[in-house]
Amino acid sequence: MTDKSDIRVEADRLRALFEARGAEVFETDILQPAGALLDLYGEDIRARAFTTHDPLRGEMMLRPDFTLPLVQRHVAEGRAEGSYTYAGEVFRRQEDDPDRDAEYLQVGYEIFGGEVAVEADAEVFAAFAEILAPLGLRPATGDIGLLRAAIEGLETSAARQAALMHHLWRPRRFRGLLNRYGQVTSAAEIPDADSGIEIGLRTRAEVAARLDVLEMERTVPPLDAEVVGLIDALLGIRGKAPNALSELREAASALPSILPAIELLAARFAALDALGVEVDALNFEVSYGRTTLEYYDGFVFGFFAGKRPDLPPVASGGRYDALSRAIGGADGRPAVGGVLRPGLMLGLGRGS
Amino acid sequence: MTLKLGVPSKGRLMDDTFAWFGERGVKLGLSGGAREYAGRVEGADRVELVLLAAVEIPRELAAGRIHVGVTGIDMARERLARWDRQVAEVQRLGFGEAELVIAVPDFWVDVTTLDDLDQVATAFRALHGHRLRIATKYHRLVRGFLRDNEVSDYQLVDSQGATEGTVKNRQAEAIADIRTSGATLRDNHLRVLEDGRILSSEATLFETRASVWDGGARETWGGLQSRLGLA
Repeated sequence: MTDKSDIRVEADRLRALFEARGAEVFETDILQPAGALLDLYGEDIRARAFTTHDPLRGEMMLRPDFTLPLVQRHVAEGRAEGSYTYAGEVFRRQEDDPDRDAEYLQVGYEIFGGEVAVEADAEVFAAFAEILAPLGLRPATGDIGLLRAAIEGLETSAARQAALMHHLWRPRRFRGLLNRYGQVTSAAEIPDADSGIEIGLRTRAEVAARLDVLEMERTVPPLDAEVVGLIDALLGIRGKAPNALSELREAASALPSILPAIELLAARFAALDALGVEVDALNFEVSYGRTTLEYYDGFVFGFFAGKRPDLPPVASGGRYDALSRAIGGADGRPAVGGVLRPGLMLGLGRGS
Repeated sequence: MTLKLGVPSKGRLMDDTFAWFGERGVKLGLSGGAREYAGRVEGADRVELVLLAAVEIPRELAAGRIHVGVTGIDMARERLARWDRQVAEVQRLGFGEAELVIAVPDFWVDVTTLDDLDQVATAFRALHGHRLRIATKYHRLVRGFLRDNEVSDYQLVDSQGATEGTVKNRQAEAIADIRTSGATLRDNHLRVLEDGRILSSEATLFETRASVWDGGARETWGGLQSRLGLA
């Protein structure tokens, strides 16, 4: 067991490394209002965060991460660009695994704005790779933008595209939707909206509106079975970056809508290469980050201890433009960043 | 060392528990007046009766303050994280049957499945500016069920009683609650989703997995089990 004061010293050292890269230090309260967190992350956050109650302030949560307060601060200050670093405790309830920590130090590095998105992506990843190099970790990378581009290219209704986008991070529901959209809608009777007694906030008009949507759905032609297969094939692409890239280019001949996303990916690899990352040896998976990293909507990455598969990732991060917009509305800036766990790093050796 | 047996301290569940043991020749009863929460056991030696609220029995079992106890499956799974590592089911007792279900207003003719609920929740959030609220006291069970079924855009609101009334009172849009018969739901204009059955529960005899079985408690329990026809 690594001593807590050692971990704190290590966290401060790591934060100073990010400061040296031009990041400003960000501090925020441990007690955060629960409302905004719940609105952003949904009910699952209650299973993951400690909720407490203050008679005057209402429901509060012990900081589950720094992302939300940081984006709020950045938006409130009305700045276009900025890069930040922070070090502090985060708290996670562990309902299923008593071996995982409920409290640990986290060090983060986040970049908002940035003229060329892939360069900001590369800067964050390269900074992490450099710090973690002595630990011999296995990096994993992905890009949610590819799947998004494939969905945008589907010849189907806007409603169906929106539903697929919404469930990008819920693979089974996503799969269920794809299967359903691949079938002819059954001609089941559309029920009568006038039955029953109207109670509650959701009105009969809303029921009628959804019945209209269902009625319209019937006229949407089913997805080509071939297209569903192409998306499956796309999701299965994984390998070293250069191989993955050429496989993706092959896949794009049948899914041309992903071409711009592939060019972005190639540009990101070039930007990583320019920062000294060994791109030829970099692992890339199209599906990476789809289950654990909700809200990341572009580049995603993680660093894993190969000899300790029981450990959570030592570092993880990605691009979260949509999350930033969800918090800041029109003022939300494109953002990319990641977090390190100094406690795990010390247990494995030490970063540079 | 005596074996501590925890049973519900009031109501139908207590009466049915007493009857179940009584039919097997072990007479449980309240000592002194009916208002005193102390019990006695006739027909089994070195067994101490502990009367507890049914919701507290899982916690007392997990802590090892009682060796065996009667409570609902719903209570054990709601109250204990990784319940099966903390307690073990010994016998389902055939009473206190109840089902934890998700129900929506009956006039929502467009919602019959979880899939519909998920879609409606997204539309509801876009229109009303907050997540669709589900009233319940079974937070862990409902959250786990909806997570496993990948339903998004909802939130749970706490309701410790009269949950069926929360929709009409606009505290929630849907509910997740125990139903014993469908009557209360129907009377409140609610309907269970086709795939909205979260858990079937009944009164069950549990034993603790805590290490409190030395000093003869294990032997006493073995004797009681054969007495009850369980061994």
